[in-house]
Amino acid sequence: MNTAAVQERTNYLNESYGLKSWLLTKDHKRIAVLYFITISVFFAMGGVFASLIRTELLTPPGDLVSSETYNKLFTMHGVIMVFFFLIPSVPATMGNFFLPIMIGARDLAFPRINLLSWYLLIVGGALAIFAMVAGGVDTGWTFYTPYSTTYSNSYVIATALGIFVAGFSSILTGLNFIVTVHRMRAPGMTWFRMPLFVWANYATGVIQVLGTPVIAVTLVLVFCERVFHIGIFDPALGGDPVLFQHLFWFYSHPAVYIMVLPAMGVISELVSTFSRKPVFGYGFVAFSSMAIAVIGFLVWGHHLFVSGQSLYAGLVFSFLSYFVAIPSAIKVFNWTATLYKGSISYATPMLYAFGFIGLFTIGGLTGLFVASLGMDVHVTDTYFVIAHFHYVMVGGTIMAYLGGVHYWWPKMTGRMYPEGWAKLSALIVFIGFNLTFFPQFILGYLGMPRRYHAYPDEFQVLHVLSTAGASVLAVGYLMPAIYLFWSLRYGEVAGANPWGAPGLEWQTASPPPTHNFDKIPVVTQEAYDFSKVAGEVIEVG
Amino acid sequence: MASEVHNAHVESLALREQFDTEEQQKDASTLGMWIFLITEIMFFGGMFAAYTIYRSAYPTVFAIASSSLNVTVGAINTCVLLLSSFTMVMAVRAGQLGQRKMIVFFLILTLVFGCVFLGVKAYEWTEKYEEHHMPGQAAFHLEGTPLQGPAKIFFSLYFAMTGLHAAHMVVGVGLLSVIIFQTMKGKFSADYYTPIDISGLYWHFVDVVWIFLYPLLYLIDRHLPK
Repeated sequence: MNTAAVQERTNYLNESYGLKSWLLTKDHKRIAVLYFITISVFFAMGGVFASLIRTELLTPPGDLVSSETYNKLFTMHGVIMVFFFLIPSVPATMGNFFLPIMIGARDLAFPRINLLSWYLLIVGGALAIFAMVAGGVDTGWTFYTPYSTTYSNSYVIATALGIFVAGFSSILTGLNFIVTVHRMRAPGMTWFRMPLFVWANYATGVIQVLGTPVIAVTLVLVFCERVFHIGIFDPALGGDPVLFQHLFWFYSHPAVYIMVLPAMGVISELVSTFSRKPVFGYGFVAFSSMAIAVIGFLVWGHHLFVSGQSLYAGLVFSFLSYFVAIPSAIKVFNWTATLYKGSISYATPMLYAFGFIGLFTIGGLTGLFVASLGMDVHVTDTYFVIAHFHYVMVGGTIMAYLGGVHYWWPKMTGRMYPEGWAKLSALIVFIGFNLTFFPQFILGYLGMPRRYHAYPDEFQVLHVLSTAGASVLAVGYLMPAIYLFWSLRYGEVAGANPWGAPGLEWQTASPPPTHNFDKIPVVTQEAYDFSKVAGEVIEVG
Repeated sequence: MASEVHNAHVESLALREQFDTEEQQKDASTLGMWIFLITEIMFFGGMFAAYTIYRSAYPTVFAIASSSLNVTVGAINTCVLLLSSFTMVMAVRAGQLGQRKMIVFFLILTLVFGCVFLGVKAYEWTEKYEEHHMPGQAAFHLEGTPLQGPAKIFFSLYFAMTGLHAAHMVVGVGLLSVIIFQTMKGKFSADYYTPIDISGLYWHFVDVVWIFLYPLLYLIDRHLPK
């Protein structure tokens, strides 16, 4: 396909112009782009809060910000990153864009609901930002009662409402994906011919649909306690604040899988494409996504080991938490087995995939540490836990997110990103990430508690290392922001299938036409069948 | 599924471009509504879980507090809601038969029953307010038990659960109003009445929630030995 043909072709980007054509669009690809812009802004905001936190922690005394401000900083960092970046990250952008294309559909089942879900995220985000501008919120992203219901004087109500509204955005995205996968597959696209990215997003949809309403109703109760002074979690009345923790984690633990499952789906695509082999054990990887979605609902009690939960409950939750590690491990082993005798190319997305596999493994294994009752008592609410979940959320999800963005960038924009710069930034992200968070494992093990802005002198070296790492990480994140923007205009024009990948999304033009395919494909082969790929392959590396 | 069917099928304004057939579209809409109702079950489920925990912690106080509710009015309201479900079914049936006037007639009846329910509910809440049984009131007091804290928890749950249910009724009333308007404009026929069908699913769901709420909130003391 030559350059001229690409530019003349009508696609989803040049079909119509103007702000209105974007804000009222029902095209899943345009909505994905809207999400992409929105969550990039949220990511930058969360990043600014993180930088302030790390700057404060450079020195042992709390000298940059007051303890009240520090409480607000880590709360707002958590709220923004969890509810407004990580939860929508992969599904709302790449899921939205590619799930329909990968199963050969013209759009999601409910395009208007898809647009509505973006507006809900905007409204929720506006409420949360209002809370921050008005004075901030200081409860931690976990909103534990009775502090959040009775004592905090910050903007809990506005923040809770914001998360409530954004939650419905997430529910509607999940609902849309589930119905689309059930009802919109192209002829011949059987369940077990679907790419694993689709399976991962389907499993995520199940969690979004079953879990999110529970946090919604929990926040309704917190809202009612603050506004109408009812007393469901109020210990003064005989209520139980730990009930809040149960309800909160019933959603918020599965929410961890909302954040990481779609990322795992991205990695399956990347590992297959860049080793030019089908994913090893397709069925196991597909079902491990479903297993994570199901078992993930039964492990929430491991957040309550020191909250006065009964020992027997603790034992069961500990066992189940080990159990949920099995499907995650299946994925890691199968990706590794896919590499074996593969024809591996080290393009940027693959570098991110390697980063994901290594860092997620560390994050997952330290998850086993904190899932064991005795060890958890020692490290609860320390930097060990912080490091553990940042290895999964940042080392896992954000690595896969960036990998996916680079992988599908030519499809979404029709332009290649600059490979050299991209590789450099992937390397910087990897180094910066480890420098930031590995010292935090040691800090936590030595007893540094989370959520303090002052600390004893002996922790300073590790904190300085961590802050230095955060600066490197920031550079690593800023670079793609610049060169991806640059590539929109100056990037090399990409063909339909720059990676020589077999998925349906590579069989249509880059960027795809509004209805994705000129003619709805009839699928006659399994996923990841490289034998019939006739695409051009760009030499990398 | 196959795209040839698309051309063979009668072109309809109601068929959206992402679907191949009207059957596929109806299936998708219905499945979507069922999944939404599952989220609603989880949504109410959080409150039912809280109810279960506190009722097992304070069984006696819950029984005493429950007996202060007006069982007769609650029973009448239950009947009103069941009647509204019946008229909703009749509206869907009229939709299947394409009888536009009957659709409007039964939907308006459903709407009226729904509003009656909300009116009675408002009356009951006012009554509770006057009896100082609202948890936010400084003068809150429940006769017959020294445990005013758990009594407040019962009424917190009562107002939260019936309030959430009523909010769903209000949404339902809004939904019905839109459907009635669209029916009068001639949008539906025997070939296309999916919105009536799935609004019916929603309406019945909200009714079923009440079928659980009524005994759990009003009839507790009838389970305890006297």
